[in-house]
Amino acid sequence: MTDEQLSRRDFLRHTGKAAGFSALAIGGAVLLHEPVRHPFHQEEDEVVLRDLRMKDSDPQLIIARGDDPARMIAAALEAMGGITAFISAGDTVVVKPNIGWDRRPEQAANTHPDVVGEVVRQCMDAGADRVIVTDVTCNDANRCFNRSGIGTAAREAGADVLLPQEARFREVNMGGSMLGRQLVYDAYLTADKFINLPIAKHHSLTRVTLGMKNLYGILGGNRSRLHQEIDQSITDLGNFLRPTLVILYAWRVLLRNGPQGGSLADVDERRMLVASNDQVALDACGGELFFDLGSEEMPWLGMSESLGLGSAAWRDLPYEEINV
Amino acid sequence: MGKQVLPPKLKLYRRLRWLRRASQGFFFVLFIALLLRTNIDTLDSPDAIPHISAPVDLFLELDPLIAISTVLTTQSLYRDLFLAVIIIVGTLFLGRFFCGWMCPMGTLNHVIATWKSRRMRGIKRLEQNEWKPYQRWKYAVLLIFLGAALFGSTQIGLLDPIALLTRSMTLVLLPGYNTLTHDVYAWSLHADLGPFSFLTTVVGWLVHGVLIRAKTVVFDQTFLILLIFFGILVANRFITRFWCRGLCPLGALLGIMSKTSILGLEKHESLCTGCNHCSLHCQGGDNPQVGLPWHQTECHLCLNCVASCPEAGIDFKLFPSREHSTPSISLSRRAVIGSAGAGLLAIPVLRSSTNPDRIPDPTLVRPPGSLPEREFLSRCVRCGECMNVCPNNALHPTLLQAGPEGIWSPMLMPRIGYCEPTCVLCSEVCPTGAIDEITEAEKAWVPLAGREETEGPPISIGTAFYDLGRCLPWAMGKECIVCEEWCPTTPKAIYFEEAEVQTRDGEYTYLKRPHVDPAVCVGCGACTYACPVKGAPAIYITAVGETRNRRNRILLDERKPPAYRTDHESDVAL
Repeated sequence: MTDEQLSRRDFLRHTGKAAGFSALAIGGAVLLHEPVRHPFHQEEDEVVLRDLRMKDSDPQLIIARGDDPARMIAAALEAMGGITAFISAGDTVVVKPNIGWDRRPEQAANTHPDVVGEVVRQCMDAGADRVIVTDVTCNDANRCFNRSGIGTAAREAGADVLLPQEARFREVNMGGSMLGRQLVYDAYLTADKFINLPIAKHHSLTRVTLGMKNLYGILGGNRSRLHQEIDQSITDLGNFLRPTLVILYAWRVLLRNGPQGGSLADVDERRMLVASNDQVALDACGGELFFDLGSEEMPWLGMSESLGLGSAAWRDLPYEEINV
Repeated sequence: MGKQVLPPKLKLYRRLRWLRRASQGFFFVLFIALLLRTNIDTLDSPDAIPHISAPVDLFLELDPLIAISTVLTTQSLYRDLFLAVIIIVGTLFLGRFFCGWMCPMGTLNHVIATWKSRRMRGIKRLEQNEWKPYQRWKYAVLLIFLGAALFGSTQIGLLDPIALLTRSMTLVLLPGYNTLTHDVYAWSLHADLGPFSFLTTVVGWLVHGVLIRAKTVVFDQTFLILLIFFGILVANRFITRFWCRGLCPLGALLGIMSKTSILGLEKHESLCTGCNHCSLHCQGGDNPQVGLPWHQTECHLCLNCVASCPEAGIDFKLFPSREHSTPSISLSRRAVIGSAGAGLLAIPVLRSSTNPDRIPDPTLVRPPGSLPEREFLSRCVRCGECMNVCPNNALHPTLLQAGPEGIWSPMLMPRIGYCEPTCVLCSEVCPTGAIDEITEAEKAWVPLAGREETEGPPISIGTAFYDLGRCLPWAMGKECIVCEEWCPTTPKAIYFEEAEVQTRDGEYTYLKRPHVDPAVCVGCGACTYACPVKGAPAIYITAVGETRNRRNRILLDERKPPAYRTDHESDVAL
């Protein structure tokens, strides 16, 4: 358009386009402008606590002896008022066995599969909507869930077996004195009830792994730093997640080489079960019965007591010993 | 205008061309499916031994180049590499059907080269489809690698198309896809999608049903691998199937074999109108058009030429007249001797640099079952199957840790993943036996209850060492013991010394300070993996003490010979 006159329309069209995009650029720059760097601060999240204890039931503890885990659990639950005292119709229940290692049931590094199966069955009978069985394993999850026998037992009883999935962890503020923001498997954040199914086994730092230490398995990410202040970490976890019920089945107890064990020579057969709705009492009882530890040798118990999580004086609770 | 009536022969060729396309699609999908399926079957009882039932190595085992190269280096045909005979016999009778009908790398190149392009139309396309001297390069490439094989070094995996594609897919593309789907899944899990929440299920299924891996995986130094793969694909935009025509050593091998083919192209000069449609769609650059000699050794049997000849002037026939074709690859004797000689000489030159056979690189921890280094490199084709199958993402390609001769061979990086104590999957998938097939009982890292007896001493891959300046109880007066907790052996290789230490405030406290017993340690790396000391770990693994190398030892206490086969005589003697 050498000699041609620029038409008004063309002029408006061209300058309009340029002006429009300029406005967009200027507007964007103004909107996004950060005149000074925001001082580094992390927003303090609301502290999340998951207290899934039954409000109206008093703490109690049952010790059962016998050969058949299913019958021992049934009897123990009956003595505590039946499973319906804890699980209501329509509940979503998370059941957390210890499935940390690629070990077989008789090596006593993981919860016994029959216990998991029976607890899931009881929950289903009580009308639970969904029972989730999950754990964040140390060894390859596929192998752990299988070799422990728990995967099969839980599936057959009707549970949803969830292997840890990276995408399912969410960061929450536990508000503990050691544990603040932690990655937690999301099932624990939404469930109505939580049943902890630990095993009693040796641990080089705490001497024994029981119910509250089993809560390590709700965490994702790197949890190995927690050992630096292990008693406080255990306490913080117990404070964050307060279980509806804890059932510790000690068919066999791993006395040495924990927490993985391996050799059957490290295993002692006890055929006992401890059930309680007080996780502190359960740990105190398990430590004493299976490892001869007084509650002063398990410092997390005292710390937990002072937070009101339960009572380490398990003999003072209404407790009952039954033979099945 | 009525419906065009095609001559019956053209109709037949067009149908056959569709058959070829279907075959390419089938084998490509099969290839990807097998890569994704490189994982254990569903486990359903504590007694189930993790096992892979799918023939995940199928393509590598069908590959005659891998078979021939490892036969040259080891004088034996490992396991199912025997399957390569199928392709060899087929090629001897029919020509390079593998390139045109089966090869997943060829299919990828085919699709990209055929994609419409302004640069590659009409006369330009015709010109670049004519046979060119660069097509002889691939024979030189082949000879260089075969020369190296004569010297006992398997280098063919660097450019063998199946190994190259398996590696590129496993280490770069699939992890990329994996990360993408995981991120979308994580987002969709925690977002409120309203009526679209079913999408979460779909993506979840993609992540866990199809991809199987529950973890996202990452691999070390994949950039170079991606760059080469990308370069090969992009080259198609300039010259159709440049890789297949000019560089692919497998194509060269099959080309040589196709010289005896009884199937060939026959040209009927009298029928030809010179329309050049045949050449326009040619994949191999083998001159199907009248006037130039047809190159038997370059033809992929894609059938594009015969399916586009409107005059039926060319034909594929058994025992064709060879009047208008040549079986020659036109490589001079000088070039043949030069290439093979170069390959042969390259190996001693490469070995003149420091290499793991002489001075083992401390970080070069090989997977359990690996043969002694020299034998290992005579077999490893760098396909990456071991890295694909590893449940812990522990195996990664080397760069120069194994010397220039061992680039992209597998090594353990325990900071990313440790060697799972009961797992022997890498030894199960290794197509060439560089990692010898071992069992759980032979690996013998942990007692398996009910099967307490293991077959001989454990197969050690290295030994752990403490960096006392970084270890919490040693250097910082803090409790830890995580390494001991993770140590899988019985008894544990890590034990404690109870120490009274003075704190900063002058008070005294007791701490457990860890030590490694090198006679028990198997080098799994679980301690390094779990070590809470970020940055450099406070406990690390080096290859010393590995069962496969008797010279790479600290302790005088000699372990018994390993349960698995090694070719070192000295290993058998004691």
